[in-house]
Amino acid sequence: MIESADPFSADPFAGERLKESPFHPRQAGLNLRDSWDAWNGYKIANFYYDEEYEYFCIRNLCGTYDITPMQKYLIEGADAEAMLNRMVTRDVKKLKVGRVTYVCWCTDAGRVIDDGTIFKLGPEKFMLSCGSPSLAWLRKSAFGFNNVDITDKTDTIGALSFQGPTTCEVLKKMGLEGIENLKPFGITHFPFKGEEMMVSRTGFTGDLGYELWVPAHVALDLWDALYAAGADYGIQPYGEAATSMARLEAGFILPFVEFAEALKTVRHKHDQSPFELNLGWLVDFKKPHFSGRQALLEESKRGPDYILTKLDIEGNKPAEESFLYSDKACNNEIGYVTSAMWSPVVKANIALAMIKPQYLNGDIFAEISYRKEMKPFWKVAKCTVQDKPFWAPARARQTPPPPIY
Amino acid sequence: MKKYDAVIIGAGHNGLTNAAYLAKAGLNVVVVEKNDYIGGAAVSRELEPGFWYSSCSYVCSMMRQVIHRDLDLTRHGLMLVPYLGTVSFADDGSTLLGYHSEGPNYNELRRLSPHDADAMFRFMTDLERYSTLIRKTLLRTPPDPTSFKPRDIQELIFLAKTFWEMGEEQVYEYIRFFTMSAAEFLEDYFENDFIKAVMATPGIIGTALGVESPGSAYVLLHHVMGDVDGNIGAWGLARGGMGAISNALASALKAHGGDILTGSGVDQIIVRNGAATGVALENGDEVYGDIVVSNLDAKRTFTKVMDRKDIPEEIFKKAENFKIRGSSGKVNIALSGLPKFNNVPENRYIDRGGQQFAGSMRTLEKAYDSWKRGTWSEDPFIEAVIPSAWDPTVAPAGKHWMSNFIQYCPPKLADGPWTPVKRDQFGKTIIDKIERYAPGFQDLIVHMEVRTPHEIENEVGLTEGNIFQGELTIDQLLFNRPFPGYAQYRMPVKNMYMCGSSTHPGGGVSSACGANAAREILMDLKKPNTVPEDDCYD
Repeated sequence: MIESADPFSADPFAGERLKESPFHPRQAGLNLRDSWDAWNGYKIANFYYDEEYEYFCIRNLCGTYDITPMQKYLIEGADAEAMLNRMVTRDVKKLKVGRVTYVCWCTDAGRVIDDGTIFKLGPEKFMLSCGSPSLAWLRKSAFGFNNVDITDKTDTIGALSFQGPTTCEVLKKMGLEGIENLKPFGITHFPFKGEEMMVSRTGFTGDLGYELWVPAHVALDLWDALYAAGADYGIQPYGEAATSMARLEAGFILPFVEFAEALKTVRHKHDQSPFELNLGWLVDFKKPHFSGRQALLEESKRGPDYILTKLDIEGNKPAEESFLYSDKACNNEIGYVTSAMWSPVVKANIALAMIKPQYLNGDIFAEISYRKEMKPFWKVAKCTVQDKPFWAPARARQTPPPPIY
Repeated sequence: MKKYDAVIIGAGHNGLTNAAYLAKAGLNVVVVEKNDYIGGAAVSRELEPGFWYSSCSYVCSMMRQVIHRDLDLTRHGLMLVPYLGTVSFADDGSTLLGYHSEGPNYNELRRLSPHDADAMFRFMTDLERYSTLIRKTLLRTPPDPTSFKPRDIQELIFLAKTFWEMGEEQVYEYIRFFTMSAAEFLEDYFENDFIKAVMATPGIIGTALGVESPGSAYVLLHHVMGDVDGNIGAWGLARGGMGAISNALASALKAHGGDILTGSGVDQIIVRNGAATGVALENGDEVYGDIVVSNLDAKRTFTKVMDRKDIPEEIFKKAENFKIRGSSGKVNIALSGLPKFNNVPENRYIDRGGQQFAGSMRTLEKAYDSWKRGTWSEDPFIEAVIPSAWDPTVAPAGKHWMSNFIQYCPPKLADGPWTPVKRDQFGKTIIDKIERYAPGFQDLIVHMEVRTPHEIENEVGLTEGNIFQGELTIDQLLFNRPFPGYAQYRMPVKNMYMCGSSTHPGGGVSSACGANAAREILMDLKKPNTVPEDDCYD
């Protein structure tokens, strides 16, 4: 691991290079296409071999995604729960020890700063995991709470998201006894190489899957044990590209794709509220005060300007960056597509889109541009609103998961 | 006995597709099937506990995406997974590896011939151009070129226009295509014999033609025109085996209220006053329907399950002479582990994909010579796939099954009828060949299913074991399929239709024949069409 840049070291570009995750030595060997991206200062694979192949491993076999760059904060102390409850929109009081919950948090104006998951590790011990650095906001949110300690554990924990229909079998083969009884959003622990491995039944793919968390110094041991157990089950590392495909089918949102993080958004209302992101179910007005409550209460009465909607679009041309209209002639603009793709498993042309709510029950058309051998074309395609995720197999919810099917 | 709106004969994928679309239109339909299980040649069978063979068809690329989507086959349990990494073996055991990336592939071809590595770009481009054109005709009823009906004229204009968009020079090239041999076609691109052999193999699969026989160039095209999610030429595996396709179609059919009766074949199509009125089953039951749709091949339909006096004599003769020569065998093998092939690195993306035992152009042509003499090839072309390397549901973890498609194996042997002993000798020929390329292979064998054309005909019902329900030569394609004048799915007997691969667009698990037939039937019944338009026109 390159911890910090020494300007006088032998490599004059050391400071330019990205930090390597504790899994990097194995991942680098498997990254046959040398396709890397950056995430929170870490070097992370865009894809290793082929993004569609890796996507199919998630849906058909199993795969690992390095979530070490996810920010991991331990929040401990007598006031930890109250502090988190003051920060996020959901009622953390309801969360039991050994469970995980999905949350978002807002500015006072009720605009989403980020989303993430809270792990309740003990009565006064929580872990917040999220996509972007949030230490400053956590400190700000802790203002006035005397008994709360916030520690950034990001660099000391190696974590893999392990997703796909054969994952439970692989973990059983790895010796994680009773793993099949872990319920969705449950947490369990196993001894591993003299340390403790945390396993949560969580993920970002909408499929059966787990996340494995270990101290960074045993990360490679975890990798080797998992890949040995998974050899006969098609285990394969996957990168951001496949993650993005899977999460769109599951209907999950990405920062700076579906929403602009409020603290990093320059223009007024270019950020979003939870209601706009169709995350109204995360907002609990019954609990005591939380950041953004007043603004969100007003918005809940008024209704959001836009609402994030799942669309099934005719034809097979992805509606990337399309505008949406209420008429086929494309005169009345009613929204825009945030993510779009052809879904290989569903065999549908899917998209997430921001649409003005008053138009949700009427006709929706997407103006789609595409190219064939460089030549540009465009078409207008009818869209159908879809309420459920595009991909939601029963195995993702079942405990124990069914035998591999 | 209950009377249905439509009786469909044969629960293969086209019969089920046809029935599903008729049921979707509100018709009360039943599919009758001779076997105790459905699927026809798109079937998964557990003949050894834990191992699910795709007994007949084994990979899929022509399945109309729009039908998959329209019938919601994913919800009914279907997932098509692309597979990659084909290894081709030359006679001397050396290999050509198929990488899933342009750069490495180019380098690999250059190893054999820098000229051919370059020519491959033009070859693939030309194939894609022809494929793109043919794909546009798959989910359409062929026009009758002798008819003056507006619909036929419109359709002819569509074809002419689609053709003409390719450019004049390409039109001539394209016409040549239908009559050329695979060898002649490839001669124009490649100089390396092994590369030619590798590229020629799709031209003989399922066909009683050799690489040097006129017409094999079209068969080549027929095999590469499919796609998986728009990746032309890609092949997919159905998760759970090919039976997953039939099962999903059956589930969609049932969701629309259709019935399936298994376990008794059709003895005869009942014709009263010149119109089909139902079927008499082998078990003595009769099932009545306003229309009868045969998913059997043309020869079987008109010479086996119809009374000769119920059909025009001309049709009987045409059916008798319908070109449906069997030429392929299938050997399915359950293995206790992954075979290790010589000259293949332990690259998991390719050492478990497909294996093509192409050999050389001479080996391929010699293999055909055997067929002509009425024996199976001593050194056959084998197209092998190990589906369990990609699909965790078809074999126990760590164990595998290998699908071996064999070209050539004759339906009738020169030295008398097929016997179990000869069948097993045929099986041994295959094992011995693979063993030469993968020493130790025999020791991995747990179970085997050996199918000659004899077994394929008897178990599946395909005449002579021809996998396409009739050869894909110009005299039997488009408006000539199955017979000139009968390409629009209506047969010479009133209320009788055909929906199998004997009709346009021919063999392959595409669902297109069944869907096209449904469209014509609904038109005759003046019901709204439920069959979607193909999504390949943009």
